[in-house]
Amino acid sequence: MLELSRITAGYDRRAPVIRDVSLTVADGEAVGLLGPSGCGKSTLARVAALLHRPEAGTVRLAGETVRGYRFRAPRALRTSVGVVFQQPRLAADPRLTLRELIVEPAAATGRSRELAGRAAELAEATGLGASLLRRRPHEVSDGQLQRACVARALLLSPTLLVCDEMTAMLDASTTAALVAVVEEYRRQHDAALLAVGHDRVLLRRWCDRVTEFPTAEG
Amino acid sequence: MTGPGPAGLNGETTNDTTSGRERHMGEAPAVLTVRGLSVRFLMPGGREVAAVNDVSFDLAPGECLALVGESGCGKSVLASALLGLLPANARTRGTAHLRRPAPTPDAADDGVELLAASEETLTRRVRGRLAGLVPQSPAAHLTPVRSVRSQLEETVRELTGTPRAALRAAAEAAAARAAFPADHLDRYPHQLSGGLAQRATTALALVADAPLLIADEPTTGLDRDLVDRTVGELRRHADAGHALLVITHDLAAAERIADRVAVMYAGRLVEVAPAQDFFGTAGPRHPYAHGLLEALPERSFTPIPGLPPELDALPAGCAFADRCHLATDRCATSPTLSDGVACHHAPERADA
Repeated sequence: MLELSRITAGYDRRAPVIRDVSLTVADGEAVGLLGPSGCGKSTLARVAALLHRPEAGTVRLAGETVRGYRFRAPRALRTSVGVVFQQPRLAADPRLTLRELIVEPAAATGRSRELAGRAAELAEATGLGASLLRRRPHEVSDGQLQRACVARALLLSPTLLVCDEMTAMLDASTTAALVAVVEEYRRQHDAALLAVGHDRVLLRRWCDRVTEFPTAEG
Repeated sequence: MTGPGPAGLNGETTNDTTSGRERHMGEAPAVLTVRGLSVRFLMPGGREVAAVNDVSFDLAPGECLALVGESGCGKSVLASALLGLLPANARTRGTAHLRRPAPTPDAADDGVELLAASEETLTRRVRGRLAGLVPQSPAAHLTPVRSVRSQLEETVRELTGTPRAALRAAAEAAAARAAFPADHLDRYPHQLSGGLAQRATTALALVADAPLLIADEPTTGLDRDLVDRTVGELRRHADAGHALLVITHDLAAAERIADRVAVMYAGRLVEVAPAQDFFGTAGPRHPYAHGLLEALPERSFTPIPGLPPELDALPAGCAFADRCHLATDRCATSPTLSDGVACHHAPERADA
């Protein structure tokens, strides 16, 4: 599904955050990527989600070599990856209601009408009721907002899901609930998962395979 | 000079978080006594949000109480109420009395009634002096354009009246108390890792040797090693005689640090129990607390069904009844916290 080979990436050419890192996620496989704060695992997750252009190395997604990142990635490739970030507040447009937030990817790809039913299903699966869906991010808790972000990530039925510290801000019950939503989705759609985190117990329980991230040098 | 440091700090770098757990408890008079604390927010259109409902607890010197519960349950509002940091549309009820433990019984000090205190009293006597806050996001709490040294020196000067000539040494001593490395003092907040920013804010909170420390989500977003270190350091401050209120959703951190656990749900305390019982074989007694613990990946990893009720539309009876497998007709009346648990169906305490 996803092949990252010999990736070097960062935000300053002279001091890359990750050097020469390779990682493979097979079709339908759940891989946990474990590492301490600041080791570059989020950067690798951004590369995997086609949100950050690496300085060196190749990314292959669904058998295709990736040539463009962010808006330069072809839509079909870009929408085959769903992303959930650590901090829902920074990942949600504060002007949108939760309902608008969930359907935003459909609106952006001109599929609002087609996916309206799917959005409602996902809202229900993530436990968001009608009154919550009418609210804006500042009117809901972190846990409720992250539920909406998970629904949003699943809307376009991605074949790979990248979860970067998805549950770090959440309590135990919300964590278990959102992992269950992701796993139910993966079971139905046979989707692959790259879960990045520092909670060893959680990733071991969640993923088929857990790999330790090598510490970044310098 | 920063004034007398707490005894026990000389034993410094021990990382043992379990030592001294059983002592301190119930001996000394409480540093913080909270009775019937409620906080309501008045919203536009006459809507009322009941964020904290009738919360009572005591906190003794050297004791650590972990307040656990999911995000949005009212934990942080409780902390803000204790520090007088609520927004203008908040209304409080109840009492929260904070006093410095007296070195000798006849030197007793009357302390401060936090909920009734004027802004002047809160500024001059409470914040930083009687109650130190270790904030939720340390990096956001520090002034971004000033070095850690400059912020520490300012705090030392304001809180302890240290003369200018002694400021530098006093600030370095304050940094050392929170294990903040001296060679990082001239750095700016954005140059610090999460763990070091945490220590910098802890150092600031400890400057005036406040008898009460409130740590709001001190471990959120930190990796395991840093959680262990932060927890170890906070525990050390409790063992040195501070009363410590830790607000967290991280049950693993609560287990390591706390003497007692208080579980909050929809603004109410639903269970208060010794940490050993709560996390040990006795286990939690409230069904919500039980569900929360069972949701951990090292346990059954099953979520509690449903979502907590909205705080502006709390049911008349038990707020957890909708999600509870034990619920019966009796749950239409709200249970009160008695013998450490607020549930009509809670099992008797094992040793009772």
